[in-house]
Amino acid sequence: MSGPRGPRPRRVLSRGNVFVYGTLMLVSVYYLLPLWVMVMTSLKGLPEIRMGNIFAPPVEVTFQPWVKAWAEACTGINCDGLSRGFWNSVRILIPSLVLSIAVASVNGYALSSWRFRGSETFFVILIVGAFIPYQVLLYPVVILLRSLGLYGSIWGLVLVHTIFGMPILTLLFRNYFASLPEDLFKAARVDGAGFWGIYLKIILPVSLPIFAVAAIIQVTGIWNDFFFGVVFARPETYPMTVQLNNIVNSVQGVKEYNVNMAATLLTGLLPLAVYFASGKLFMRGITAGAVKV
Amino acid sequence: MPRPVRLLRNLQAKLAMAPMIAVALVLFLGGPIWTLLHSFTDSRLLPRLRWVGLDQYERLWASRKWLVSIENLALYGICSLVGTLVLGFVLAALLDRKIRFENTFRTILLYPVALSFIVTGLIWQWLLNPELGIPGVMRGLGWGAFDPLNDPSLVMYGLGVAGLWQGTGLIMCIMLAGLRGIDDNIWNAARVDGVGVVKTYLSIIVPMMRPVFATALVLITSGIVKLYDLVVAMTSGGPGISSEVPAKYVMDAMFGGQNLGQGFAAATMMLVPVVVIVVPWTYLAFGRRKRG
Amino acid sequence: MKTILRALLCGAMTMGAAHAQDGVKLEVMHWWTSGGEAAAVRKLADGINGRTAHSWVDSAIAGGVDIARPVIISRIIGGSPPTAFQFNPGRQALELIEAGLLLDLTDVAKAQRWAEIVNPPSLLEACTVDGRVYCAPVNIHSWNWMWLSGPAYEAAGLAMPADWTGFLNSVPALRKAGITPLAMGGQAWQQAGLFNSGIAIAIAGPEAWLSVMRDRNADVVRGEDYGRAFQAYAEARTLSDGTGVQDWNQATRAVMTGRAAAQFMGDWAQAEFALAGKTAGVDYGCLPGLGLRPYLQTGGDAFFFPKQGNPAVEAAQKEMAALMLSPEVQVSFNSAKRSLPVRGDVDLTTVNECTRQGLDLLAKGRTLPSTVQLISADTNTQLNDLLTEFWNTPSMTAGDVQERYARIIADAR
Repeated sequence: MSGPRGPRPRRVLSRGNVFVYGTLMLVSVYYLLPLWVMVMTSLKGLPEIRMGNIFAPPVEVTFQPWVKAWAEACTGINCDGLSRGFWNSVRILIPSLVLSIAVASVNGYALSSWRFRGSETFFVILIVGAFIPYQVLLYPVVILLRSLGLYGSIWGLVLVHTIFGMPILTLLFRNYFASLPEDLFKAARVDGAGFWGIYLKIILPVSLPIFAVAAIIQVTGIWNDFFFGVVFARPETYPMTVQLNNIVNSVQGVKEYNVNMAATLLTGLLPLAVYFASGKLFMRGITAGAVKV
Repeated sequence: MPRPVRLLRNLQAKLAMAPMIAVALVLFLGGPIWTLLHSFTDSRLLPRLRWVGLDQYERLWASRKWLVSIENLALYGICSLVGTLVLGFVLAALLDRKIRFENTFRTILLYPVALSFIVTGLIWQWLLNPELGIPGVMRGLGWGAFDPLNDPSLVMYGLGVAGLWQGTGLIMCIMLAGLRGIDDNIWNAARVDGVGVVKTYLSIIVPMMRPVFATALVLITSGIVKLYDLVVAMTSGGPGISSEVPAKYVMDAMFGGQNLGQGFAAATMMLVPVVVIVVPWTYLAFGRRKRG
Repeated sequence: MKTILRALLCGAMTMGAAHAQDGVKLEVMHWWTSGGEAAAVRKLADGINGRTAHSWVDSAIAGGVDIARPVIISRIIGGSPPTAFQFNPGRQALELIEAGLLLDLTDVAKAQRWAEIVNPPSLLEACTVDGRVYCAPVNIHSWNWMWLSGPAYEAAGLAMPADWTGFLNSVPALRKAGITPLAMGGQAWQQAGLFNSGIAIAIAGPEAWLSVMRDRNADVVRGEDYGRAFQAYAEARTLSDGTGVQDWNQATRAVMTGRAAAQFMGDWAQAEFALAGKTAGVDYGCLPGLGLRPYLQTGGDAFFFPKQGNPAVEAAQKEMAALMLSPEVQVSFNSAKRSLPVRGDVDLTTVNECTRQGLDLLAKGRTLPSTVQLISADTNTQLNDLLTEFWNTPSMTAGDVQERYARIIADAR
């Protein structure tokens, strides 16, 4: 990967510089404003929210909304907030993540290096799959899981995440593997390495960035999923987003914007942390996976 | 290379791809066919094969809500496609100008990607709250009444602003990655020839980034077609039916109305443009490959 | 009562369940998540946990029937259904019954003499298909109430009106006092309910309403009585500007605080008033049937029990069904939910002026079925879409909506 392009700006306050930084600052305001408002709202008491301006920082900082969102908010007769779903989300996330990435990476590898007659057709069908609204596939998936005897188990949900993550992930892996130098394969095949040998010994070691991208995309997608979670899990395995929906959508007397915002932030914390922590790796993977076709 | 029996060639690759092939055939091909088949029936709460011909389609195209849904999707789709591509590309180009704090800016632009549409909807609903949010502040400044989520003529733009906020970061990243892939010599040559920066981008760089735009298009358009969560979280299709979208029509018909046949007819209509446009386009954009 | 429960329990044990006395986990799916609703669900759960060996596993999904229904249907089709689920009795569950997916409760109904105690009988009829009973009705809810704000009328210097006409007359004074006359949430079902359950019955009359909803008579929709009703509905839509909320209980809140003067909403709104410590007749007033034609729509909620293929679970399901109609649970549940009990032989603990009006209408037999008992979910959705479009499109005339309404009724299956 090479560095940034373009002429190096000479003067600090050139007209171009003012334009570049000015635009970026302006856009950053658009991007940061919602986060700012969310955090501020979550730290205010309800009376202050109703009185004041949503952009102002809290006069009196309170963490009560966070406590309530995590441990006390009620849905139905359970009053234990988001905490109930957090570990369920983790238990759904990990196997889904591993399985979906394993399957999609093998697909991408086979599609880029071991093509056979018809393999492109399957790939096109897969890409079309990315465009099908998931609601349309609900009944077929339900029927499929029932016939596999997986409906209601956590493995059914894992399978669903694997299936619906497959189109985009396969696309990314396929593009990345296709960008690797061809000599790598040729040499290995001359040496007699087979399908799995090349995958494990040659491809995997050089593919960390694209695995990172896939992992980030899947962590976000699976963690944020509400619909599949509520349809294919059971109450004892409901992910955190089901509690989020319940907190946000059930008004108990007054609409508690501060608790809603705290709950929203708490639910988004893990994917946000993943993004903040892996910015550079993500960029490297994207560079390799999305660019070369 | 010697050719053994065709079926056994690359047998391990075929076995390894079996899960994908099964999914592609059973769900992504079988699912739509199953849907198409049931759109010719009067299935209500449970799927059943009692044929009614094209009745469901006649009713669909006579439905005001469906027509509004399509108009809305077209409006949102065009705004979102153009907006995301332009904003994504411009931001990527700006970040690529050897600036300071590139990482900070990139993180700021990318973080909304980590949030779900439901969360995005909730945040923007709050920001656009008529009394306490931006409209209230604007009214306070004497800028007149402006209430995008409760104004039928503005509501799709309200959704668009939120969608853009959530989706542009990833596209910007992909574009930036594409720009980083451009050879330094191209820039040097352009400079030697005296071509301006903007013109270099438009006439040289953009055409070179065709594959990048292809990936970006898949991501953006597949998101647009599936637009549902954001609408439900922000407006539930309101005010009235002024922010209804096709995916919501499908869900409303299938479960709200317990009229699966109608929902499947609408779903089939959603798939028609996908098949007509996406299939040939996918072959063109991704089909030709160097290794075989 | 207790003996029957024991008998059922014994039956379960002899049917081969190894540890029936250990109890079964009963997963109950519902969408009762607002403050008042949740308090009522707790009463049902307490009944199960306290009076039986079984335990209640709460599976609440907020967002109402639109989110809950796909989940319930998918789980039934997928072969992993909840033990019990809340659903509207009547036509909506018919297909599930015909497909043999739901447990037949006829023996419970016989043993508990439901046919004699359930009042009005239409509630049990809605649960009955071909003489077999498939659901347990738990309450009577009526849609057609208008709630009036004490503080708003005090601020405007007026007495609370006695009917819809009086309400319309009070509008100028309310406006002068800066009060929104009619609180209306942004969701389609609320806006449609004002017409389908309110104005149509009160202005066009119960006979006209029945011939439209029950007999699908489109000519009545095109007739004069319905014409006046659509005119009134058109007038009403100008009265809700500035409510600016989505949820029904947010709109109720506006009535409580006096920001809005009235709301048309089902009697479940009373639970919100009660939870906020408001007194009927002082802090808020109520007009069943808009005060013009006091009729009570007797809809309600019911629980269905999907077949589980496990005798121990089925025995527990039947035990649960019996318990839900027991006098004790009926009183505690309906007192919390501010709905009316489905059996006429019990007294509520929380009868106030508004509940009293409802009970009187019930006793006099001035009742009508609920809209969803008469029309299919499909037709209901179409009407909701049409009416919410009308409510939010000032350029659409009463004549337009009347003709389109008539066409939907004519096509209704």
